[in-house]
Amino acid sequence: MAATSGSQVAPPGLEVSAVRADFPVLATKVHGKPLVYLDNAATAQKPVVVIEAVDRFLREQNANIHRGVHTLSVEATEAYDAVRSKTRGFINAAADREIVFVRGTTEAVNLVAHSYGQKAIRAGDEILVSEMEHHSNLVPWQLWAEQVGASVRMLPMDDRGELDLDSLPALLTDRTRMVAVAHVSNALGTVNPIAEIVAVAHDRGIPVLVDGAQAVPHLAVDVAALGCDFYAFSGHKMFGPTGVGVLYGRAELLDAMPPYQGGGGMIASVSFEGTTYAPIPTRFEAGTPAIAEVIGLGAAIDYLEQVGLASVAAYETELVQYAVERIGAVPGVRIIGTPAHRAGAVSLVMDAAHPHDIGTVLDQDGIAVRAGHHCSQPVMDHFGVPATVRASFALYNTRDEVDALVEGLGRVNRMFG
Amino acid sequence: MADLNELYQSVILDHNRSPRNFREIPDSEHHAKGHNPLCGDRLTVWAELDGDTITDVSFVGDGCAISKASASLMTEAVKGKTITEARKMFAGFQDLVTGQRTPQESKEVLGKLVLFAGVSEFPVRVKCASLSWHTLNAALEDVTETIKTE
Repeated sequence: MAATSGSQVAPPGLEVSAVRADFPVLATKVHGKPLVYLDNAATAQKPVVVIEAVDRFLREQNANIHRGVHTLSVEATEAYDAVRSKTRGFINAAADREIVFVRGTTEAVNLVAHSYGQKAIRAGDEILVSEMEHHSNLVPWQLWAEQVGASVRMLPMDDRGELDLDSLPALLTDRTRMVAVAHVSNALGTVNPIAEIVAVAHDRGIPVLVDGAQAVPHLAVDVAALGCDFYAFSGHKMFGPTGVGVLYGRAELLDAMPPYQGGGGMIASVSFEGTTYAPIPTRFEAGTPAIAEVIGLGAAIDYLEQVGLASVAAYETELVQYAVERIGAVPGVRIIGTPAHRAGAVSLVMDAAHPHDIGTVLDQDGIAVRAGHHCSQPVMDHFGVPATVRASFALYNTRDEVDALVEGLGRVNRMFG
Repeated sequence: MADLNELYQSVILDHNRSPRNFREIPDSEHHAKGHNPLCGDRLTVWAELDGDTITDVSFVGDGCAISKASASLMTEAVKGKTITEARKMFAGFQDLVTGQRTPQESKEVLGKLVLFAGVSEFPVRVKCASLSWHTLNAALEDVTETIKTE
């Protein structure tokens, strides 16, 4: 795991039992067994501080923002804007106006594909997308390319599940208008060398959009250090509510982009003769946003900063390493993707059983994993499998839970072998 | 609580390991493709007809134990049956795996296939069990598009 901190001091150890106590759902039983939640790449559980922040806002502060002169509206607006500042600090953006609240990573990528696309991606142009992308960082580009007659090209990965950076320079042509790449692969867990990719792309004046959905829960993200032009992530994968996400964009680029959706909140003045648009970021926040969810996202950021992402990264690196070793030692198991830098996810297939059967057997032991193509069909095609079982970890998972998973995989072998 | 052993009965595990009629029928006029996008299961079903009677039926594909065993047991069950009888079994099978009819009520139409009753306790697996039946139905109707369960 490549945390970007330059600190020489080891981060304080993470007290996992204390962390677990912060997440009420972890006390749930499934089929009479303690829940072992290993589907964090799909969505993460919520700490009590997030649940209470949303609850408190709805009970005591709820009002629309940027509208009323009344007290609650003023308070709601202040609380909403405070989370924007907090988010700026969280990813080390240069200014609050570089933070756009959206519904999630998917909407963030669609926003850039359409709006930056309108500005700069035309017929004959190329968009370079990595082979390991989630469909949400591939399909929006395909939609835009189809609309204007541009093309989507693929930055390939190798059989370890690492991007082939040697091929990158040759794939960047004088028609390439965007490079779209995941910080961390949702299907494989690969941590990609974003700063390196950005350096090569920027050398040719090509902007880079990073899908950070699977990075923010696991490692400290510093968009200034990465150098990327756009960075997208979702609240719900980093212990916040669903329905809210963040698009970071460099002010210079956002400033030049037309609105993505029209409506209330995003205008400067409106008449039938013509409408002028608000400055960034509100230009991109048409309609009433997910206010309570933004408040919850703020609580999630506070929570992660309080635990400390350096501690989280150190703890998870050790845990995921343990998981890779134990899972890899189960007879008949093949781990899909063996990247040198991994965060969060471990994908596997078994000789004895199909991923869907494995998922059902594990569920009976209270173990939640994902079985399927993980919205990454090109990744499945690369490895020649229709689907995998994915165990994905978060800061509250333990070695005992890895052991429970390994025991469950043994049970699959006994049942189907 | 749903019982794993009810779902994965030994007959189902056996048909998963060694599926019956797992072959193509190269010159058959009646065949169709099925796809379950949720788990990536794909199969092709072939049928040979003599008038209204299914004289041979086979499948090839890749999928979970439930979908493979269901396809395998289906081919055994419908061989020699008329199209009308096969459709009646399909309807009865749907009722069984969705819990609308008990194994006792289904026994007369389905015979051995009632061992899929355990599927009704696992709603997300119903599509795995019924994919081959939908695909057979399409083959008999000479549907050319891939049948999807989503």
